[in-house]
Amino acid sequence: MSRWFGPATVRVIEHQAAVQRRFWRGSVFGYVLNPVLFLAAMGFGVGGLVAEGSGKVDGVTYLAFVTPGLMAAAAMQTAAGESLWPVMAGMKWLRTYHAMITTPLGPADVFAGIVTWTGLRATAGGLVFVAVGAALGGVRSPWAPLAAGVAGLTAAAFAAPLAAFAATQETDARFPVIMRVGIVPLFLFSGTFFPVAQLPAVLRPARFASPLWYGVELARAATLGRWDPTLPVKAAVLVAVILAAGVWGRRTFTRRLVQ
Amino acid sequence: MIPIPPDRRPTAGPVFERNLLAYRRMWGAFASGFAEPFLYLLSIGLGVGALVGTVVGPAGARVPYEDFVAPGLLAAAAMNGAVFDTTFNFFYKFKYAKTFDAMLATPLGPRQVAVGELVWAQARGGLYAAAFLATMAGLGLVRSGWAVLCLPAAWLIGFAFAGAGMAATTWMRSFVDFDWVTIVLLPLFLFSATFFPIDRYPDALGWVVRVSPLYQGVALCRGLAFGELHWTLVGHTAYLVVMGTAGVTVARARLARLLLP
Amino acid sequence: MTTPLVEAEGLVKRFGDLVAVAGIDVRVEAGEAFGFLGPNGAGKTSTMRMIACVSPPSAGRLRVLGMDPLRDGPRIRARLGVVHQEDTLDLELTVRENLLIFGRYFSLPRPVIRARADELLAFVQLTDRADDRVDALSGGMRRRLAIARALINEPELLLLDEPTTGLDPQARHLVWDRLHELKATGTTLVLTTHYMDEAEQLCDRLVIMDGGRIVAEGSPRDLIERHVGREVVDLRFTDDTERDAALTRIGTDGVRAEVLPRRLVAYTDDGDRLVAGLGTAGLHPAAMVVRRAGLEDVFLTLTGRSLEE
Repeated sequence: MSRWFGPATVRVIEHQAAVQRRFWRGSVFGYVLNPVLFLAAMGFGVGGLVAEGSGKVDGVTYLAFVTPGLMAAAAMQTAAGESLWPVMAGMKWLRTYHAMITTPLGPADVFAGIVTWTGLRATAGGLVFVAVGAALGGVRSPWAPLAAGVAGLTAAAFAAPLAAFAATQETDARFPVIMRVGIVPLFLFSGTFFPVAQLPAVLRPARFASPLWYGVELARAATLGRWDPTLPVKAAVLVAVILAAGVWGRRTFTRRLVQ
Repeated sequence: MIPIPPDRRPTAGPVFERNLLAYRRMWGAFASGFAEPFLYLLSIGLGVGALVGTVVGPAGARVPYEDFVAPGLLAAAAMNGAVFDTTFNFFYKFKYAKTFDAMLATPLGPRQVAVGELVWAQARGGLYAAAFLATMAGLGLVRSGWAVLCLPAAWLIGFAFAGAGMAATTWMRSFVDFDWVTIVLLPLFLFSATFFPIDRYPDALGWVVRVSPLYQGVALCRGLAFGELHWTLVGHTAYLVVMGTAGVTVARARLARLLLP
Repeated sequence: MTTPLVEAEGLVKRFGDLVAVAGIDVRVEAGEAFGFLGPNGAGKTSTMRMIACVSPPSAGRLRVLGMDPLRDGPRIRARLGVVHQEDTLDLELTVRENLLIFGRYFSLPRPVIRARADELLAFVQLTDRADDRVDALSGGMRRRLAIARALINEPELLLLDEPTTGLDPQARHLVWDRLHELKATGTTLVLTTHYMDEAEQLCDRLVIMDGGRIVAEGSPRDLIERHVGREVVDLRFTDDTERDAALTRIGTDGVRAEVLPRRLVAYTDDGDRLVAGLGTAGLHPAAMVVRRAGLEDVFLTLTGRSLEE
């Protein structure tokens, strides 16, 4: 069995980066326009309404509250977009992964490569988010750049299980269902737009099952500069998700690519 | 021999039938389409609504935020569904699955293909809109009996965006071009007075919003949901009718050229 | 005399500056199996698309089933069957559903379609795969399904564009077998191919196309006898001097040959005599093959190029 991460993984990342260069327009949009538009609409538009209503959320302005939430959520969206259809394309439609494993690269390298690549992309996206957030006044703490790392970690925690799952599928029929039944509810209810405390008491514990919630909590701690002792545990949960899904993904990629 | 006269005029019916048949196996995707706008309603309407409290409604009086945002979400969902069906799905069938090439080996022509796809998108959109409207009523977010007209309004929004989407798709060369769809859709979704009233914008921007397409739908649905039948609703309706008709006309002409080179 | 099913005079298809079909005359009579043979880019598919009424001619006259494709497209298509070169099967549907929905495109009543679908599945030997998704079928099965689908309206004229391209030999023979069966029951076939053996197998009559024009027309046997003779002698030499010597020698017998680098392809009715003649003259090619002439040779003599680039 090959290593979890090594020079071979880097080859796969280079390939992903080369492909990405062709789609620069979508990337520029995703990286820059997306945060600007969402922060303007939610932070300023809805934020203005909140200021007239309840005033502060969690002790800060709505813009400051929602910025880290949107950042982590964007990382999750990036991961979902990169790990379902593109993996199906690599396995079946374009068979690029089959081409890769005719070289010294193995299935596990391909898997590790795409997960790492997704994490790197989300980290870059997170940096842009921090910058835009700082420019708009939603980010104040000097610790804020750490939130970009959180974005990368969050993205990997989604990319690993989703890519592992995508490798088991014959068609993309279940992907839209995953988006609507999995990704969208997490996006809307993981403390992104309003504090989890507002949820009915019975639903509140469900947050522990949402990788996005851990990401939002960590990102918010960074952009608001609030330390608390649960943070290392929350980070550890994301790492655990990545490792567990890593075991699964190495297996599903191998089973699918080497028959 | 063929038991019916081959001269019988082809209709768009079988195109619709084909989609129905294909969709039977994708009931999960179909059913989950109901969930999305509903979840938005809970999160933004009730969740964010609790932080906001009240906003200025269409009549000038303050109304609960969830009442305000629900018709906006309805309009936005109608737009998203119609655009998705007529851009990504349509392009896939057109360029990759060659579904339309197969259809043109029969008496069906580009006209039947375009109409069949459009009616299909509208039927789905209508079902989703009806379910959303029922949910709004169930949560007590509807202020007036006129809200029933939100259903045809959602249809009209769907028609307008389906026409525009289909026309745009005839110029698309590859999936990379679909970045433009997102680039256009997201600002419309976020800034059409969907989530906050138009008076929050600086004056100049407010006018940009007033002439943008989704705003017509949002204002129309909101007016109906609150029973505020201002004459401007006629203007919004006319805007959407013209937009859809123009889109379908362009799409038909372009499709005939693309499918029958 | 009955009306020909396809009748083209001076038929032209242009895409901008590109001339795909440069003025061809074609007649296909009822009950025939007619072929368009030629390399990629010869204009075969463009011609087929015009006949299928999905591509308006740029100039010339075209009648299909006695009607004008421009005016009566849907009425003509109602009586045609088309098997596309690329699979246009509906991947989201099962095998049987592909037939059922296609019947609906022709506005056929459902009970009629159901009965016919069962017959056609049996005909193309896919009955036991009826409820599988098309995705799961092999290339040969897909092609057979495409043929069954094209027959759902009991067409008078079946158009097949490269019916066996990309299939393995076994699958090809199965498709040919089904097409022979259709021919025997009186269906008119029009097909394009770049395989010589396919044209010889299936076609009563064919035209050879090159660069948008028809360069020869006739039955496979006709064309072979008219243009190349019964046998072909393929000679290889170690250098071109030897080749030229051999060329001079066989030229004195009035035998025509294609001159290629260190190689001669000679067309004759008696290959053994030609070989014996070379031996007598003290000429010994490095390798030689005597074989029956085929359409490949016709194409080579007519255009000076090999068919399969």
